[in-house]
Amino acid sequence: MKPLDHALQNLRQTMRRDRVFDFVAEHRFPFQGLGHTVVPGVVDISHGTILYLENISVSFDGFKALNDLTLYIDAGELRCIIGPNGAGKTTMMDVITGKTRPDTGSAFFGQTMDLSRMSETDIATAGIGRKFQKPTVFPFHSVFENLELAMQADRRVWPSLAAHITAAQRLKIDEVLETIGLQMHVRERAALLSHGQKQWLEIGMLLMQDPRLLLVDEPVAGMTHQEMDQTAQLLTDLAGKHSVVVVEHDMDFVRSIARKVTVLHEGSVLAEGTMDEVQNNQQVIEVYLGE
Amino acid sequence: MSKKHTMPQSLLALPREDRGGRIFLGILLAVMVLVPILNLGTDADNPIHVSTYTVTLLGKYLCYALLALSLDLVWGYCGILSLGHGAFFALGGYAMGMYLMRQIGERGVYGNAELPDFMVFLNWQELPWYWLGFDYFWFTALMIMVVPGLLALVFGWFAFRSRVTGVYLSIITQALTFALMLAFFRNEMGFGGNNGLTDFKDLMGFNLQLDGTRIALFLISAALLASAYAFSRYLVTSKFGRIIIAVRDAEDRARFIGYKVENYKLWLFTFAAVLAGIAGALYVPQVGIINPGEFSPLNSIEMVVWVAVGGRATLYGAIGGAFVVNYAKTWFTAVLPEVWLFALGALFVIVTVLLPNGLVGLIQQRRNRKEATA
Repeated sequence: MKPLDHALQNLRQTMRRDRVFDFVAEHRFPFQGLGHTVVPGVVDISHGTILYLENISVSFDGFKALNDLTLYIDAGELRCIIGPNGAGKTTMMDVITGKTRPDTGSAFFGQTMDLSRMSETDIATAGIGRKFQKPTVFPFHSVFENLELAMQADRRVWPSLAAHITAAQRLKIDEVLETIGLQMHVRERAALLSHGQKQWLEIGMLLMQDPRLLLVDEPVAGMTHQEMDQTAQLLTDLAGKHSVVVVEHDMDFVRSIARKVTVLHEGSVLAEGTMDEVQNNQQVIEVYLGE
Repeated sequence: MSKKHTMPQSLLALPREDRGGRIFLGILLAVMVLVPILNLGTDADNPIHVSTYTVTLLGKYLCYALLALSLDLVWGYCGILSLGHGAFFALGGYAMGMYLMRQIGERGVYGNAELPDFMVFLNWQELPWYWLGFDYFWFTALMIMVVPGLLALVFGWFAFRSRVTGVYLSIITQALTFALMLAFFRNEMGFGGNNGLTDFKDLMGFNLQLDGTRIALFLISAALLASAYAFSRYLVTSKFGRIIIAVRDAEDRARFIGYKVENYKLWLFTFAAVLAGIAGALYVPQVGIINPGEFSPLNSIEMVVWVAVGGRATLYGAIGGAFVVNYAKTWFTAVLPEVWLFALGALFVIVTVLLPNGLVGLIQQRRNRKEATA
């Protein structure tokens, strides 16, 4: 078994999707449509998949947070990821956003972007937005300023000295304000918002970034039922135009939005399918009910 | 008027109107007009006469205020608690001191036009290469900004890239200034050892002992403080300012939104170091000496106390704090010199425990309470 595994690994390395057909890259080979050319800043989703996580392992002091995790997210999909505590959900998000580097395995955004080689900021600008488990907004700034800071704009230091908000950008901010229902609080400092409002503001900041892929960690924690319904509506609306990955504990919520559910357990995928399939899966029942 | 300027100012949590700043600039302007008149225009026995000693003292405070402003930019607005800010101040001071040494020419004790006195004393035969150029004021002026700025740029590049934050950053900045102090104490460094640089005669041909020169230095310090204030105010109200506050409050969020946090910190830190260097350069001709003591870690900690007492993240608060604490220091060291350090320590404890937002916070609290009852 061992030598075979090894050979397979080697093959994978040589056939890595950022390497394979490298020789047909544009500067060498002027034909289009044969290889996947790396175009900076453009996510190549020509195969319909936006995120590839393959054989990823991460361990902290011997504890395997992720264990040979393989997961694909389709472009425009809304995917829910569930799993007991310590299943590796947050670590998976850390790997995707560049906060944690995988020990082994590969993480690709589209066909061409190797996430394990990019910095957090580069990943963010490439089009992956993340909402933290604990709502994280800029407490000193007003709701308006929070959205302004998240807005797609020049992120470099020197242009920020003379940056102004254009009419189009204002419109975009107003639009998002309406979506997240915080028009009445536009001048308030974010520190003064309720927990649920902070969650919404953070989602609003994600919308301002306009990412291709949204990673949303426990979006409805601390929300009322009504707010939960609104969040569900918002996330389902986002899918299609964006790809959305939601990590959530609340099963009712997952049931209300999920088309496809992935169950993580001890750092790898235990089951994948519709909510019903997953709930009837014998292994999943064992893990959740401890039988 | 184009549409982009029509954003209502009230939309910003950070107030666009700067009442405290306007009051400060008003006072500064009044002082700039009154002090020269009362010093040059009245006799020494006139009750409203301002002595040259007081003018110089005020000029010194103005330099401290500029330094406090610089520290408030990095600490108050970006959460970088630099405990080595005195290093940049001292480097600017040394650059100016070197120019003033070269200006002495053959009027030194040994009458050597080629070498400063302390080099003659050490039996050095020629001027070290790093003293070249300090005969010219333009070169000195450049070095006053370049040397502290470059040090901050290199130091910050390593520190921020390695994501050194919080108390660890404070400790290594403290180590930086301590290391520089030890280096400057050494005679073979060529900066005058523990005596430092002193016995200055004139600056750009103006005799430093004359009242007129003193007044001019005072006015230049005040004008530079005012422009540094105005520019810093512009910085912190620009989008750049909102980003550095965002970095202070939620660094990870800023990073995941796509800001290169370390670059923002780096340029802010460098700018602050340049301001501190300018403050040091203005300080040296007014006090007449620069020695390695300026690098001492205690000095840098005192600066932090100024800003904490005045109130962080307001700019004018830091300036006010520098004046209040240094006035107290002048008073204490004249009347009860042995009590000063205890008083400073007590002040810091009181401010940390009771006034987390400093004097400015106290005033704001009062005003809010008045508005609430009215």
